[in-house]
Amino acid sequence: MKLIYTDALVVGAGLAGLRVAIEAKQRGLDTLVLSLIPPKRSHSAAAQGGMQASLANTVKGEGDNEDIHFQDTVKGSDWGCDQTVARMFAHCAPKAVRQMANWGVPWTRVTAGPRQVVVNAERVTLEEAQAAHGLINARDFGGTKKWRTCYTADGTGHSLLYAVDNKAISLDVPVHERIEALKIIHDGKRCHGVIARCLITGELRAYIGKCTTIATGGYGRIYEVSTNAVICEGIGQALALETGVATLGNMEAVQFHPTAIVPVGILTTEGCRGDGGILRDKNGHRFMPDYEPEKKELASRDVVSRRMTEHMRKGFGVDSPYGPHLWLDITLLGRKHVETNLREVREICENFLGIDPADEWIPVRPTQHYSMGGIRTKASGESPQLKGLFSVGEAACWDMHGFNRLGGNSLAETVVGGMIIGSYVADFCEQEDLQVDTHLVEQFATELQQEIDTLLATDDGEDAFDLKLHMQRTMMDYVGIFRNGPELQKAVDELKALLARSRHIRLKCKKRHANPELAEALRVRRMLKVALTVACGALARTESRGAHAREDFPQRNDKDWLCRTLSRWPDANALEPSLSYEALDVMQMELPPGYRGYGADNAIAHPDTAKRQQQIADIQAALGLDATPQQRQQALMPFDLPEHLQPQNQRLTDLLASGEKS
Amino acid sequence: MSRSLTFRIFRFDPQLPGDTPKMVDYQLDETPGMTVFIALNRLRAEQDPSLQFDFVCRAGICGSCAMVINGFPTLACRTLTAKYRDAVITLMPLPGFELIGDLSVNTGKFMRELAERLKLWLHPQPQQADIHHLEAPMDPDEAAKLYELERCVECGVCVSACATAQMRDTFVGAVGMMKIARFELDSRDARTVDDFYHVIGSQDGVFGCMTLLGCQDNCPKDLPHMQQIAYLRRKMAGTLIASSKM
Repeated sequence: MKLIYTDALVVGAGLAGLRVAIEAKQRGLDTLVLSLIPPKRSHSAAAQGGMQASLANTVKGEGDNEDIHFQDTVKGSDWGCDQTVARMFAHCAPKAVRQMANWGVPWTRVTAGPRQVVVNAERVTLEEAQAAHGLINARDFGGTKKWRTCYTADGTGHSLLYAVDNKAISLDVPVHERIEALKIIHDGKRCHGVIARCLITGELRAYIGKCTTIATGGYGRIYEVSTNAVICEGIGQALALETGVATLGNMEAVQFHPTAIVPVGILTTEGCRGDGGILRDKNGHRFMPDYEPEKKELASRDVVSRRMTEHMRKGFGVDSPYGPHLWLDITLLGRKHVETNLREVREICENFLGIDPADEWIPVRPTQHYSMGGIRTKASGESPQLKGLFSVGEAACWDMHGFNRLGGNSLAETVVGGMIIGSYVADFCEQEDLQVDTHLVEQFATELQQEIDTLLATDDGEDAFDLKLHMQRTMMDYVGIFRNGPELQKAVDELKALLARSRHIRLKCKKRHANPELAEALRVRRMLKVALTVACGALARTESRGAHAREDFPQRNDKDWLCRTLSRWPDANALEPSLSYEALDVMQMELPPGYRGYGADNAIAHPDTAKRQQQIADIQAALGLDATPQQRQQALMPFDLPEHLQPQNQRLTDLLASGEKS
Repeated sequence: MSRSLTFRIFRFDPQLPGDTPKMVDYQLDETPGMTVFIALNRLRAEQDPSLQFDFVCRAGICGSCAMVINGFPTLACRTLTAKYRDAVITLMPLPGFELIGDLSVNTGKFMRELAERLKLWLHPQPQQADIHHLEAPMDPDEAAKLYELERCVECGVCVSACATAQMRDTFVGAVGMMKIARFELDSRDARTVDDFYHVIGSQDGVFGCMTLLGCQDNCPKDLPHMQQIAYLRRKMAGTLIASSKM
């Protein structure tokens, strides 16, 4: 078997993976990326709306800064996130946006003078400052206090991915395409690389690295209807799970996006609502103000999705052969706006629905969209259990999203997380030696070889495609937007039965090389394990937090559940994961748990919350009025970053104050 | 009442010794909203698990699934079967690319090689701003124009629909020229027309184009290929004239 050596091995060539690879390569390290597909086809390309960064260039972004971005992110997460990580992220987001401009992203820019926008279904004129002309623009998104989402029309992911992949090509970063990693090579303490299969030739290869970064995206395709690309199957999470050592974090935290088109589940960006689009029911009534009078359509995604589902359950959905849906109305934005800033949305509506969204309403309903859970990492991106295993982007539970991610924060996470974690990855590679234990490599390769041999030799058994569909329907039916004990129990039972059945798959196609059925069989049993971490985690978590909404436990229970779910799979023959919990320490939080701003405040408080609030007040008082923001931060919640990312972010207001820009 | 569709599909596994290319018919009942993506996945799951094809986003965004449908290259994921009055739908792989098997071709390899050959990335001006300070302003109209040219998804349709590319495999095709045009327009890029002349000022570039419009007619993103090729051709011709006067 071929052994291929590198310093920084990256699995996944979306934005996060490529960004890490670039950082390592720029530090002079040997770097290699594995990908199922050509990098520019990655799911990152599908992100439409934009990337959050507190640049504060526009009139509606005035006064924005890292503090407000941090607070929005923590509230959005329903206090489930790692606040240190959220701080690291908010601090570096403006740097990443500016870096992307230097790498070629044609960010939509501010035009000075009056411009017409739609806010709360009314046309309003904004006056952009002369000094801001030509700087990076931002649009409004849900759950944010300021207009902070930087964008290129509604093709932001596309622009970013192309710029980052081009950068990787310019640096000569090799990408091995159509390669699927299927096992992590490890000795229980340290990760040494992966065993991967070539999807064209069927060849197995060992890729050995000083460190391995999993950047394979989310696990949306364990659901039948998802906005995710068909490659987002959670195999990266499964690889970590199958080590038996590494943990996954908060797998039950699954986000539903409010506006995917019916029936195919293709996304229309949150930018539709950010730019002024509204939701209507079967009577044409705009119902969101009835539920969320303050934030309306721009409440957090989990909230809007639940309100839509509630409204449809009351009988206000539009009947269709695919079940009820609601309408997204962007006609009020005007044709010009739709054809320039929302052209991808227009194309999707034309091709899949045969409608022109500048004239007609779009049929939408909430659909599986984002995986907040993933491979649990420390703030450096490294697994706490398996040295040398890093993870980044949607694949990871770096945990800046907690139980609900804000729109525009995932695209930002890919490049910001990639920038920060890439730096830690490079540090690791500089400090560690390559360890090659060919006996260990052989052991994992043999396991995979045997798995494939058995699949090809079995003449009687289960159908892989059928098992997958069954799993996806189970997740749709019982682990959806609203959850409850009996249904979750049903899901767990079903999935366990499916996992047992997946151990006896029969293939009709017996080819060793390019064999889609073999690839499917290898994936489905791994996906089932991932699905079980979601269902088991959801069943065990008897509270509601962010996107995890239990009808039988409607309160957010900080007293008992201010913790991260960790799933491990120590016994390969087991039919379910073992769960444990990692507490979030209120006494370390910069922003102790509070009211999130939606519906009734029904949270059960954590006993430390009041204590920490008092402590923060005392710290602030002791610092006095003269303390700098940096001193305050240091006193409240210090956080670490690679040195080159530590400088403060300059903003237009700083320049104007110093008189440099008139 | 739903129709019974016949999918006439090109089958060939170049890795299988002795295999020869052939067309195979499959039957499927049409369902409302059925796309070629839905149909092919059902055929693979229900009838022939060896069928090879590529989809990623299934939403017309990623460019993976270009193939020739009833004689025209296009994105299969967003092609509704209802579009065809005839109940026979013929599927062929994109010509001009390495065949992986059946409907799957290696456009990724082609695009990476093209990017390396033409250096299709931003070559920034030396005084580029650092990431901690205010970004350099850019004319809003320029940014909008750049985005317009940047919407290419590298699906390979333009190359497969190009007669020159079929005759000369060193021809960069519309995709390469569109990308050059995009960087040529970008004020942040330090390259000059002379630099671009070295990579596309030949029969392999703008002077090889026969203006048959296959690229523009079939581009799923409606990119203005001919306009850009004509623009580049004028620029390149200008460079030639200027250098001959020296």
